[in-house]
Amino acid sequence: MSDQVPILELKGVNKGFGPVQVLKDVDLSIYPGQVTSLVGDNGAGKSTLVKGIAGIYPFDSGEYLFEGKPVHVSEPRQANALGIEVVYQDLALCDNLDVVHNMFLGREQSRGIVLDEITMERRAKETLAGLSVRTLKSVRQQVSSLSGGQRQTVAIARAVLWNSKVVILDEPTAALGVAQTEQVLNLVRRLADSGLAVIIISHNMNDVLRVSDNVACLYLGNMAAQVQAQHLSHGQIVELITTGRSGDMGLHPEVLNGTTV
Amino acid sequence: MSTQTTDVDVPEAGDTGGIGNALRDYSRRVRGGDVGSLPAVLGLIALVALFSILEGDTFFTALNFANLLNQGTAIIVLAMGLVFVLLLGEIDLSAGFAAGTSAAVLGVTLTNKGWAWPLALLAALITGLVIGFFIGVLVARLGIPSFVVTLAAFLGLQGIMLLIIGEGGTIPIQSDVLLAVMNKNMPVWGGWLLWLIVVGGYALISLRAIMRRKAIGLAGSSTSVWLAKVVSLGVLLGVAVYLLNMQRQVIRPGRQTCVEQGLINKPVGCIPVIQGVPWAVVVILVLLVIGTFVLGRTAYGRHIYAVGGNSEAARRAGISVSAIKISSFMICSFMAAIAGVLLASRDNSVSPTTGGAQTLLFAVGAAVIGGTSLFGGRGRVIDAVIGGLVVAVIANGLPLVTQQSGIQFVVTGGVLLVAASVDAISRKRTSAG
Repeated sequence: MSDQVPILELKGVNKGFGPVQVLKDVDLSIYPGQVTSLVGDNGAGKSTLVKGIAGIYPFDSGEYLFEGKPVHVSEPRQANALGIEVVYQDLALCDNLDVVHNMFLGREQSRGIVLDEITMERRAKETLAGLSVRTLKSVRQQVSSLSGGQRQTVAIARAVLWNSKVVILDEPTAALGVAQTEQVLNLVRRLADSGLAVIIISHNMNDVLRVSDNVACLYLGNMAAQVQAQHLSHGQIVELITTGRSGDMGLHPEVLNGTTV
Repeated sequence: MSTQTTDVDVPEAGDTGGIGNALRDYSRRVRGGDVGSLPAVLGLIALVALFSILEGDTFFTALNFANLLNQGTAIIVLAMGLVFVLLLGEIDLSAGFAAGTSAAVLGVTLTNKGWAWPLALLAALITGLVIGFFIGVLVARLGIPSFVVTLAAFLGLQGIMLLIIGEGGTIPIQSDVLLAVMNKNMPVWGGWLLWLIVVGGYALISLRAIMRRKAIGLAGSSTSVWLAKVVSLGVLLGVAVYLLNMQRQVIRPGRQTCVEQGLINKPVGCIPVIQGVPWAVVVILVLLVIGTFVLGRTAYGRHIYAVGGNSEAARRAGISVSAIKISSFMICSFMAAIAGVLLASRDNSVSPTTGGAQTLLFAVGAAVIGGTSLFGGRGRVIDAVIGGLVVAVIANGLPLVTQQSGIQFVVTGGVLLVAASVDAISRKRTSAG
C-alpha cells in the first residue's frame, strides 16, 4: 500500500473543543480504489475526524494533503469542490421527493429557469447503472416508498454523482437487515473497485473485515494503527479498539500511559 | 450481485403502458397513501349530484354556476397562496386580513387619494408583499412558530385595516377596470378562445414532454393516456364554458331580452343578456399556470418541497432554508392581496369585514380538502382550485337546502375535518410504506 500515492493524507492533525483534546497528532492515508475502515470506540474521535475532513469542524493544526498538495478545508463547500462527499447516518433524504430529485437536491440542472428533468433522470440512471444498482424499480419512485437499503443506495449514488473522488460513509449498515447489509456492502466494494477512495465508519467487525482494504483504528483521539485488513483478525481489531494495542501493533506504551493518566 | 427476491430490474426504456397500466399505477399510488386530489374530486361530484337532486331547479342552473364561481374566486386565490406556506409545514392565519388590509390600501389610494387604478393596485400588492416579508422574517430568522406569528398578525392586521379605513367606514371602489374583474364576463367567442388556449396548450406541452422523453429513450406515459387526459380535460372545460355562455338571466313569459328587442345599447324595459365566462376565471387560470410552473418546474419550487419534506436535508444540500421560508410567506400574502382586490371588486367596496369572517378558514379548508398536506411537503396549486370549488359548492348549495346557518357551519367544519383526517391517514400510510 505504500507504493501508491494517497489521494487524501492527514499529517499530525489536532482538534480540540475547549479544554477537551479530541484528536491528537492523527495521521491518516486514504488511497484511491481502496476501502478504508475507520474504527474506534464511542468517543474515540471518528466523527470529529470525518467532520474535519468534510470541513464541518476544521482541524486546529496539522497538514491536510489532497492529491499530494496541501489544501485548506474549512467549509463543506470546499470539501465538495475537491470531490469529497459524505453520506451521513441519517442519509438526509427528502421522503416526499423522488429518487432523481433527491440525487440532484440543491444542485438541480436547469435550462434557463426550467428544471431539466430529462438530463437529470438520464444522469441519475447512468450513475445507478454504473454502480450496478438493480434494486430500484423506478427512479421516479418517491423515497418514502423505498426500503432502508434502497435509501442508503440512493444516498451513496448521490455522493457519487458529482465525480467525487473520496466518499465517506457514516455507519452505512447500522440500521439494515441482513440482505440489505449485503447489498450495501457489495455497493461499497464496487465503489472502490471503480477507483474511488472510500472511508467507512463502522462498528460491525464482520463488515469491516469483509469490505476493507485497510483499517484505521482510533483510540482516545490517537491513531492507534492503520493496517492492511488482510493482516488483521477480528480479535486484533477489537483489541486495538479497546486497548489501543495488539501485539506489536498500536500505540507505544508511553503514549498509552500518557493518555490514560 | 444480490439475488434477493425483492430485487426488480430497472424496466427497459419505452412506454409505461397504456391506459389500463396508468389506471393500475394510479390505484397503487392511492392505496399507498398518495391520494392527492382524489377525495376532493369525488366529494365535488357527490356534492353537485346531491344538491342537484335536492334543489335542482335553483342549484343546477347557469346563473347559479356563475354565482358559485364568483363566490369561490377569492377563496381559491387565497388558498393558492396558502399552498406555498402549507408545503413548508407552516400556516398563515393572517392571510384573510392580509387580503382585507391590501384591499383597504387599494380603496384609500384609489378613492380617497384619487390615484390611477394601476398605481392603487400596485400599492395593494406591495402591501401584501410587505406583510409576508415581516411574517416570514419572524418565522424563519427568530424561529417563532408560524401559528403564533400569524395569529398575532391576524389581530394586528385587523386593527391596521380599521385604522386605514377609519371606524365603521366603507370605501366604494370607483374603477371600471377593477370592478369588471368580478362583475363582467368575456364575450361568448372569448370563452371558446380561452377553452382552445387552455386545452390546446395543455395538449401541446404534455405531448412535447412525452416526445422529448421518447427521443432520449426514457420511459414516458403512452400517447393513449395522453389522449385520454386531453379529451377529458376538453370535455370537462367545454361543458363549463358552454354552461357559462348560456343566457343566465331568467326570462319570464311575456318579456323579451334586449337582444330580441334590438336594445343592446340602451337596455331599458327589457331583460339584459348576461352570459359568458367571468373574467375572474381568467385570473384564476393565470395564477394556476404560474403557480404550477413555479412549484413543478423550477429549482425554487423543488426547494420548497425539499424544505417541507426534510428541512435538515435541504440545509445540508446547500439550500437556504430561511430564504425559502421568507419568500413563501411573501408569496402567500401577495396572493392574499390579489384575493383582497378580488373581494373589493366583487363587493364594489372595501369594508372592515373584507377578508374577515370565515374567509381564511374556508381558504385553509379549500387547500386541505384539495389534497395539500398540513404536515408539509405535499400539495399542488390545483388542489386549491379543486378544494375551493368544493367549499364554494357547499357554501352555495347548502343555503338552498336549509336556511339554518348553524347547519352550514357544522357541515363545512365537518368537511374540513374529513379532509384533515384523509391527510393524516394517508401520511401514516406513506410513512409506513
